[in-house]
Amino acid sequence: MAVAVTTKDTALPAERYNEDVVRAFVIATVFWGLAAFAVGVFIAFQLTFPVLNLGLEWTSFGRLRPLHTSAAIFAFGGNALLGTSFYVVQRTCRATLWGGRPLAWFIFWGYQFFIVMAAVGYLEGVTKSREYAEPEWFNDIWLTIVWVAYLGVFLGTVLKRREPHIYVANWFYLAFIVTIAVLHIVNNLTVPVSVFGAKSYSLFSGVQDALIQWWYGHNAVGFFLTAGFLGMMYYFIPKQADRPIYSYRLSVVHFWALIFLYIWAGPHHLHYTALPDWAQTLGMVFSVMLWMPSWGGMINGLMTLSGAWDKLRTDPGLRFSVTAVAFYGMSTFEGPMMSIKQVNGLSHYTNWTIGHVHSGALGWVAFITFGALYYLVPALWHRRGLYSTRLASYHYWIATLGILFYIVSMWVAGIMQGLMWRAYDQYGFLQYSFAEVVARMHPFYLMRALGGVLFLLGAVIMAYNLWRTARGELSADLPARVGLATQPAE
Amino acid sequence: MRSLQEFIEQNAVMLLIATLITISIGGIVEIVPLFTIETTIERVHGVRPYSPLELAGRDIYVREGCYLCHSQQIRPFRDEVERYGHYSLAAESMYDHPFQWGSERTGPDLARVGGKYSNDWHVAHLNNPRDVVPESVMPPYAFLGTRPLDLDQLAAHMRTNRIVGVPYTDDMIANAKADALAQVDPAADTAGLLRRYPGAATGGVGGRPDEVTERDALIAYLQVLGTMVKFRDIDPDDLRQ
Repeated sequence: MAVAVTTKDTALPAERYNEDVVRAFVIATVFWGLAAFAVGVFIAFQLTFPVLNLGLEWTSFGRLRPLHTSAAIFAFGGNALLGTSFYVVQRTCRATLWGGRPLAWFIFWGYQFFIVMAAVGYLEGVTKSREYAEPEWFNDIWLTIVWVAYLGVFLGTVLKRREPHIYVANWFYLAFIVTIAVLHIVNNLTVPVSVFGAKSYSLFSGVQDALIQWWYGHNAVGFFLTAGFLGMMYYFIPKQADRPIYSYRLSVVHFWALIFLYIWAGPHHLHYTALPDWAQTLGMVFSVMLWMPSWGGMINGLMTLSGAWDKLRTDPGLRFSVTAVAFYGMSTFEGPMMSIKQVNGLSHYTNWTIGHVHSGALGWVAFITFGALYYLVPALWHRRGLYSTRLASYHYWIATLGILFYIVSMWVAGIMQGLMWRAYDQYGFLQYSFAEVVARMHPFYLMRALGGVLFLLGAVIMAYNLWRTARGELSADLPARVGLATQPAE
Repeated sequence: MRSLQEFIEQNAVMLLIATLITISIGGIVEIVPLFTIETTIERVHGVRPYSPLELAGRDIYVREGCYLCHSQQIRPFRDEVERYGHYSLAAESMYDHPFQWGSERTGPDLARVGGKYSNDWHVAHLNNPRDVVPESVMPPYAFLGTRPLDLDQLAAHMRTNRIVGVPYTDDMIANAKADALAQVDPAADTAGLLRRYPGAATGGVGGRPDEVTERDALIAYLQVLGTMVKFRDIDPDDLRQ
């Protein structure tokens, strides 16, 4: 059996890989990450103090919330995925990017243009109102063009690889790219009112539209925020730990099970709605089953550290990656639990869902990205190591504390909200008006906003640290692949 | 199985095809029957296309991201039915392109808000929600009251809705502007409007008759939500999906 793990990057001198576009993606990731976290903090304070809506249409919560979610998922997460996939696919295939520099740069600038167009549109009220697919028809078409180019570059690079096997990280990246293409095209089928106007109407309506949207929405989580970032995990954790992947067999089983099961899970967003019961039940059953392949990924990630756990003491980047996998395990337990209809009856429409999303988004997606960034910046800018491991360590603790503030406050708020909505008094009347429940959310909204401030503060520290790292003394004697100071030069 | 995996992981095109097949099954099994099983939409009467003003209001509801804090989907629970009204039917959103069921209740559900409050209450609430609900965290939408609605665009929006399946007739589209004006003018002759759109809110939805604002349109939309189906006349068998 050929070993699927090829974490060695030999043969081609590092300089001959296309690294400048990866550096650009890394910078964009940090920039958009700060933007996404900052807008998130701002809208969290808006819910705490509504005067912060400022009475202006462009700064109202309804327009800023898609700005926050899109910036977090597509700008921060997307740039991280595109950048790392270009880095990983070149090294694990021992080939430069197919299509050369021009196509890679087209993808970079085309993707940034998509983000800016979407963001400006949201502030102007240009939205399809499909959650996590808000950009209007013209921007959807533009993204389709960029995405097809991306698929071409990735697949083309895999096809010209100089390794017999396709490394497991690339299975996940490829599944992410191709599934997002399918989801994006089907979910965004609309008819524009005019070719000169932004507004369009969805091809589907009501119950069918709802399921198509949540088939998309849940698999934006499953393939954008999970499969893609698992690809990241499968490259960077073995590199940081300097160990091969724990189990090849487990990676095969959990890959196919994960991508098969995820696509069924959408209806759990529509429990007890007008969606027919059979579809709700299917969605619930598959969501519960999804727990297993998710934990397959977690186990493979964590067990890769066998014999290398001591590195957690010296490598804050690895600490981020490993904590990310732990949060991944927690969210992928919480998710199936919340998809059980009876639990969902309590949790749905409440802040519990917001807490769940953020334990995944901050704990898993952002942390695995931070781990990769702390590895990548010294490697890409040819530095001996990070500017300061101490600052990275501060970032780790401040961000972790921020996440805890966030998810604990939202758990309490959400369960309280759900229980208050359904509470009856001794005479058989509803005990609380809706407005009373809103008023009781205030302290938890404040606590959540403070958690967000901590998370943002950590990211600012990271940006400073990475900037100093990139600017540091040039260590020309070190090959690009040597990342951290703790790693011996080959 | 092992040799199959070995083959796939050495052949990028096969990996792509196998992935595409694997991810297609669930979506096809869950989504296609919703279009083919006739009972997915309950057999109830009364659901009609939105009036031109209601449709414009709905577009503003979408534009301002109201769905991010307000659901339009009442679940069949005792507390929700008592708080909001009869649980939501699939039929009630059959002309909603796109649906506005929402996913979060930072504010209350709006599926049956129509007729619950007066037009004047909505004007005050949209101008500054805390004037009428002190606990509210909703942004103020005073600017909607100063922005004129583009009445000449209504027909084009209705035509696009017809393309995606909303049964707007030529008569409805031809009268788009007149019907919108009739809905905001308290002195207007509303016979034609009510024949085309039974149950539409009339008598001036909060604005001045000489100028139709975006707020008028939004209020017209809010006032029709959940009022189309008359649950008194329904046979429970018709609600079975």
